[in-house]
Amino acid sequence: MDIQVRVWRQSGPDDKGRMVTYDVKDISPDASFLEMLDVLNEKLILDGDDPIAFDHDCREGICGMCGMMINGVAHGPERATTTCQLHMRHFSDGDVIDVEPWRAAAFPVVKDLVVDRGAFDRIIQAGGYITAPTGAAPDAHAMPVPKADADAAFEAATCIGCGACVAACPNGSAMLFTAAKVAHLGLLPQGQPERASRVVDMIDAQDEAGFGGCTNAGECTTVCPKGIPLTLIGRLNGDYRKSVLGRPL
Amino acid sequence: MDLFDVGEPIRDRAAPDGEIETRWERRRFGARLVNPANRRKLTVIVVGTGLAGGSAAATLAEAGYRVRSYCYQDSPRRAHSIAAQGGINAAKNYRNDGDSIYRLFYDTVKGGDFRARESNVYRLAQLSVNIVDQCVAQGVPFAREYGGLLDNRSFGGAQVSRTFYARGQTGQQLLLGAYQAMERQIAAGNIEMNARHEMLELIVVDGRARGIVVRDLVTGSVSAEFADAVVLASGGYGNVFFLSTNAKGCNVTATWRAHRKGALFANPCFTQIHPTCIPESGTHQSKLTLMSESLRNDGRVWVPSRASDSRQPADIPEDERDYYLERIYPSFGNLVPRDIASRAAKHVCDEGRGVGPGGLGVYLDFADAIRRLGRGAVEARYGNLFEMYQRITGEDPYVVPMRIYPAVHYTMGGLWVDYDLQSTIPGLFVIGEANFSDHGANRLGASALMQGLADGYFVLPNTISNYLAAGPFPDISDRAEVARARQAVVDRLDRLLSVDGDRTVDSFHRELGHVMWEYCGMERTEEGLTKAIGLIRGLRDEFWQRVKVPGTGEQLNQNLEKAGRVADFFELAELICIDALHRRESAGGHFRAESQTPDGEALRHDDEFGYVAAWEFTGDRPVLHSEDLTFEYVHPSTRSYK
Repeated sequence: MDIQVRVWRQSGPDDKGRMVTYDVKDISPDASFLEMLDVLNEKLILDGDDPIAFDHDCREGICGMCGMMINGVAHGPERATTTCQLHMRHFSDGDVIDVEPWRAAAFPVVKDLVVDRGAFDRIIQAGGYITAPTGAAPDAHAMPVPKADADAAFEAATCIGCGACVAACPNGSAMLFTAAKVAHLGLLPQGQPERASRVVDMIDAQDEAGFGGCTNAGECTTVCPKGIPLTLIGRLNGDYRKSVLGRPL
Repeated sequence: MDLFDVGEPIRDRAAPDGEIETRWERRRFGARLVNPANRRKLTVIVVGTGLAGGSAAATLAEAGYRVRSYCYQDSPRRAHSIAAQGGINAAKNYRNDGDSIYRLFYDTVKGGDFRARESNVYRLAQLSVNIVDQCVAQGVPFAREYGGLLDNRSFGGAQVSRTFYARGQTGQQLLLGAYQAMERQIAAGNIEMNARHEMLELIVVDGRARGIVVRDLVTGSVSAEFADAVVLASGGYGNVFFLSTNAKGCNVTATWRAHRKGALFANPCFTQIHPTCIPESGTHQSKLTLMSESLRNDGRVWVPSRASDSRQPADIPEDERDYYLERIYPSFGNLVPRDIASRAAKHVCDEGRGVGPGGLGVYLDFADAIRRLGRGAVEARYGNLFEMYQRITGEDPYVVPMRIYPAVHYTMGGLWVDYDLQSTIPGLFVIGEANFSDHGANRLGASALMQGLADGYFVLPNTISNYLAAGPFPDISDRAEVARARQAVVDRLDRLLSVDGDRTVDSFHRELGHVMWEYCGMERTEEGLTKAIGLIRGLRDEFWQRVKVPGTGEQLNQNLEKAGRVADFFELAELICIDALHRRESAGGHFRAESQTPDGEALRHDDEFGYVAAWEFTGDRPVLHSEDLTFEYVHPSTRSYK
């Protein structure tokens, strides 16, 4: 199939940036979206142009490194799908596709479609862990965990930290990302000792990093490639209120 | 063709002898310690943040050392360990099905086709139980049963259920555990994290590894960074085949640069081809995707009984299907080890019985499992894998059997290390997939995660203190070796940029991959390997004359990064072929067509090749140093899964 892509080009943080149109010819419907960009980049290099910079690594939808706005939607038109797992069979011959980086105050553009998501790491640093120094662990069966809790914790823990939630949010909020980690750790017995301080510290870190507030728009969960549900934000709010008021969780 | 020279054998493995059960305990007791107050004066560089590097960085920082950590990704959480699907082995015997540390040790030595070091493997089996405890304490959400206890499943090469898992995302969950432990130490100021940085050279001064030269991938600045010891946890080299299940960025540069500085590279030809990957779909293909081995617990592998059968799978009656693994290997059936399953798939495809485009595929069928367990149960076990398959192929595996084909997945070879995980350069430690130590000629499923975490959480933190006890070492910042190492990196980057030819880096990488897959893939011959070496040399010369790397070095330049990695892959590729050519036996993932039994199984030659081949870099012909393997406990036998 033949398509046109209009791609955001920005040589660095100080460049204003602009959309540039490219023709991509004879693309297989079985190619992934990133493979389509690979093909375009090969052509750009041989033509003496600067290839498009974009982040990607595992190309299996799990590392969370790739991500771009495709026709204005984070990760493109398919639900529960990262950009690397989106295939050209979901587009039609002759389509014109807009490709832009994540846009959020907390994710500055590095180059073209590459953004800096270091703010996510800083939220985890503030409390997204269970303190368990190596060697101090009791036997794995010492503390049974009800299956329902373990399953729910797992669902929350599947977040890949790609940043689509932030890019889709009208406020540029990281609430779904933070809520997923708060739920993962807070649902497990091991996570209880730090549960109250964790949620407060992580919310503070989120504010400091320049993410916006949550107004329950729900765009985040719509684009989340792992389907992290909006209900986790409600859970986070409950933990946060009780923690701030000094009530038991 | 005179391809290599033979040097002195390796004698010092730093491994205690005596009773294998107490070797690790005695080694730990014998190791020198660093008192907690002095640890703050010692700096350790860790390259890579996967399961091995992440767990090592966190643990060393908890112990009080100053850690400087580097990764090429934008966050340590993205290292490729994250993509490991199936699970992690531990000899807990929670199932009461006859498992034990000794059995895991036995299975791993046998699974590795008797080309691994017994001491290391025994220690790995011992530590496996601690790993699962550690991960549960960190909040890794392993699958559980209704009673609240941990669930298990089986993996290839084992007859017990000892694999712990978190749906099909075990690697992700284990890595996030290590990453979170790291982030806690970053916040505490004990780890200095340098994401989007790539190691391009090792700094060796006075015979000790004392630092690395790194390039900041965003600004392009090249700098020398110092430490008292350097740990490489930079993963495997499967991307030398271009198409593999590795992440696009996985590369050999860190270990290859260390090899060029004197670290021996062991058993490079021991590469693992995983039997269950999604087949190639066209020339645009940029990587291959693994379908977890765990699928073989319930999926049945088959092809049509006769060649060129083009009917739809549903139209082929039961008695015209060949469930060839169950037929040839009745006691292990679909769960034979990876090397055996891959070769069997190749054979049936060579016979013209392969399915799908080009006849390069076999069916992995869940119809029986869905009938037996119900769709819901199959979905609970493998739901995310089925979704991934459907997303990539556009076919629904609940209805149509999956099509799978082998692909390069893991590399057992790597930098040679002793029992302490120290390379032949003092102060250079190598952990995880980057070293060669535990899997011999073939790795069993769910053992990579086990090894990465055993090395990072438990082995290295104990053994590195024995080395660091002699530190801190003197300041080296104004030594000539440092300036030279940095200048070498700058010159090489300039050279890559200045060729300005007419072929892209990817076009070279793809062609190199074709050569490696064709002549050094699932089946290797003297003739093919000899031809490959010639082709690789020709292609490498062409690369340095015709490669086109756009842009400059003073910016984010993804093609410049790739070019450096591919240049190193060319050098490694030749060494892999030389190693494969010299090893005139079949062992595990290394199958030499000249060395097989009458029924086509791998035929080892223990008398001649019962050693680790550790190669020294000379700039000309590599020099072979062999480390003899002795088996006091698990006596080499013909590996049979029939």
